Amino acid sequence: MTITKTRRDVLGNSALRPDGAAKVRGDFSFTSDLNAENMLWGATLRSPHAHARIISIDYSEAWKITGVETIITADDVPGLPTYGLISQDQPVFARDIVRYMGEPIAAVAADHPETCRRALAAIKVEYELLPVLSEPEDAISGTVPAIHPDGNLIRHQRIVAGDVSATGPIVVEGTYDIGMQDQAFLGTEAALGFPDHDGHGVEVHVATQWLHEDQKQMAACLGLPENRVRLVLGGVGGAFGAREDISLQVHTALLALRTKRPVKMQYGREESFFGHVHRHPAKVWMRHHADQNGKLIKIEARFVFDGGAYASTSSAVLINGVTHTQGPYVCHNAIVDGYAVRTNNPPCGAMRGFGVVQACFAHEGQMDKIAAAAGIDPVTVRLINAMKTGDTLITGQTVESVAPVERLIRETNEIPLPAPLPDVVDELHLPGGSGITSERKHIRRGIGWGVSIKNIMYSEGFDDYSTARCTLKDGAVTLKFATSEVGQGFVTLAPQIARSVLGVDDVVCDTIDTNIGSAGSTSASRQTWMSGGAVDGACRLVRERLFEHVGAKYGVDPIRLIIDDTDIVDTVGTLRVSVHEATQGVTISEEFEHHHRPTEDLDENGQGNCHVAFAFVAHRAVVDVDPELGLVKVVQIATTQDVGKALNPLSVLGQIEGGIAQGLGLAVMEEIIVENGRVRNPSFTDYLLPTALDAPVVVARLVEEPDPQAPLGAKGVGEPPCISVTPAIVAAIRDAIGKDIPRCPVRPQDICL
Amino acid sequence: MSSAEFYSLTVNGVEHQVADAWIGESLLYVLRERLGLPGAKGACEQGECGSCTVFVNGESVCSCLVMAASAVNCEIATVEGLNSDGTLTDVQEAFITEGAVQCGFCTPGLVMAVHHLLDQNHSPSELEVKEALSGNICRCTGYGRIFAAVDAVIASRNGVES
Repeated sequence: MTITKTRRDVLGNSALRPDGAAKVRGDFSFTSDLNAENMLWGATLRSPHAHARIISIDYSEAWKITGVETIITADDVPGLPTYGLISQDQPVFARDIVRYMGEPIAAVAADHPETCRRALAAIKVEYELLPVLSEPEDAISGTVPAIHPDGNLIRHQRIVAGDVSATGPIVVEGTYDIGMQDQAFLGTEAALGFPDHDGHGVEVHVATQWLHEDQKQMAACLGLPENRVRLVLGGVGGAFGAREDISLQVHTALLALRTKRPVKMQYGREESFFGHVHRHPAKVWMRHHADQNGKLIKIEARFVFDGGAYASTSSAVLINGVTHTQGPYVCHNAIVDGYAVRTNNPPCGAMRGFGVVQACFAHEGQMDKIAAAAGIDPVTVRLINAMKTGDTLITGQTVESVAPVERLIRETNEIPLPAPLPDVVDELHLPGGSGITSERKHIRRGIGWGVSIKNIMYSEGFDDYSTARCTLKDGAVTLKFATSEVGQGFVTLAPQIARSVLGVDDVVCDTIDTNIGSAGSTSASRQTWMSGGAVDGACRLVRERLFEHVGAKYGVDPIRLIIDDTDIVDTVGTLRVSVHEATQGVTISEEFEHHHRPTEDLDENGQGNCHVAFAFVAHRAVVDVDPELGLVKVVQIATTQDVGKALNPLSVLGQIEGGIAQGLGLAVMEEIIVENGRVRNPSFTDYLLPTALDAPVVVARLVEEPDPQAPLGAKGVGEPPCISVTPAIVAAIRDAIGKDIPRCPVRPQDICL
Repeated sequence: MSSAEFYSLTVNGVEHQVADAWIGESLLYVLRERLGLPGAKGACEQGECGSCTVFVNGESVCSCLVMAASAVNCEIATVEGLNSDGTLTDVQEAFITEGAVQCGFCTPGLVMAVHHLLDQNHSPSELEVKEALSGNICRCTGYGRIFAAVDAVIASRNGVES
């Protein structure tokens, strides 16, 4: 895609980030950069065991260390002892039982991070080890004791659609394993808490995805009214789902209230691995029935999502998984069972793609098997089954969103393939890179496909509204919202909206905090739609009042007025006045809440209009594989994405390329290794992330068919890029070596053994 | 924790006294927490991610792996030193205009890494750019716009219209 610039930074133009200069200079304030006078540092004591009873905790030696100001435990939580996004099942501090490796037990505040480290080391905890529930199937079978009062099954959901006895001449099945991926944002968890002078309130600057949800959960645990817990968004160094849950928020506030001093908490990388939820590892079995041409007849499936020790968003991830069983393909008959279970593994929750990544990895593997059985190619099998607007999902929901699946596949297929690997090539181009391990003559090239459907916004009856206020004064606009800016660029988009609606150029965003209604979470690809809709709505209300003001002043019916570039114009008269001039001495301020259309719960057969809208994308991967050494180089990703309308093409491209890199990570590099509940690789030395040398060439095209339901015609673009690229890469590896690989990430031994 | 000793560090041409510091503090910690220079970021503490990249005597280093006290009598350069005259460097400008900045946490380290590369090699190949930046992890961008920014700087410095 090509990026063009126009004169004004209105919608559709690649406006540049307003925080760009600060970020390149290094003076943008990330939460970890915040400081306060008389500030203490906080740190967390965590369980080294996955499942154990706490026999005793002895703090006496820790208290003796100079500089230690306070030590707090479960006994010091004044309000609700537990928290959680959907069910409040996770203790602020473990009291009697620890259920995963890394579970918080105590926190200290001290004068220096090193003092904190010594204090934590001086706390003696005596444990009685308990049997570790590490196998999700054991949680389903009910053969092991419950590890939590809420039981070991977090949720089960069945979907029954159409004729469940239907079958066809082609039947293919597979069991797919998806590994535990980490969001691995670069800016680790951080917060700075200030106690109120009266000791009955707290202000916390925190890197989060959803200020108001944090506020609600924190207030409950702190035993304070919500208006005494004020949150301000600190600079956020990436999120990708990992900041949707509480991590250090309650601990920081408690330490600040207890010490009556500002307290800063900041996780190191290892603690970050233990301090936030991960992408659910999942096992997905699917059996597809098709006619002799490869057209789908029925899908049977069983999903098992390992939620780890606490529920987090597991029940919603499960629903996303099972409701996306069919992928972007038409199929009327299905029987699906999905389980989200509790184990003593690390808690899992939101990560970009949210359950759909796991479903897509399985259904795309199945589509290739159908193609092989029908004797057709991977493109044809996807084209003949492609979903269209108006088709019905296995949940009974009609896809009212624009669904240009066929076009996405065709346009991706038109993107030229990369040149063949030359006979003489720098080793950095070969799988394995600078180790000079691969030899050119061994390399085999493969091509694979992945296509996906992703719901956007929240589901199952949840009204995830967003709020914004627009204030127009003396020709300049100030926008106020609580929308978390985590790097995605809403602070770039919101002013573009105001410029388009109001004909002004001077637009600033106010502090992002809880001094306005909720914006919902920066997740589920929802902020362009939801907060974009809220900003648009607020700006339109202001414009209406502006026209009334100008109409009264110039004796013109306001209904005749429009914005033309930066002027207000009478469409049937001669009046033309600049917005700047017309608003001198005038202040107009309006607030707007944007709500999407209501959704429904699923019934016991998984039927219901549970999702708001859908976005689609196609990926084609080209890889080079060394079959003997099991090494992979991803050469090129071709992609076409359904974006509705590209409101900022440069930002869209950034989301596409970034999402592809994360999907590549899940395909061939990234996995948290857990053995009997123990995390084996909580560091960037052992958890491998894609580097500049791993980045493939990305050739991206957009399909812009504005969605009539979307306030700005635009669909969310954050999640789709990372979903079907993973199965596309793994399919390309299968194509290169002619071997079925039913898991991701693909490890060397999966290829060469 | 305290020590009566102090030592001096020369950062961006300015000498700073580091007083009452614990001797085990990393250069990254001292820059950020004692000298008020938070441009270098900590993200892995293992020299894997490059977010804390600074120059010590012209060499690009991960400041999380350098003991601050060992950098006495060295010329230390941080991202804050790039803009002493208040203007952005060509690399910084290109990062903004090419869309190489999203969350921005890796950005100061990458800006330093790109300056280091282009100071030493005026016309790096695509592969040389990738290799030079492979010690700086970016989780947001997938690197595409970062490569575009580097290409824009190379073209501009070599007098080619980009």
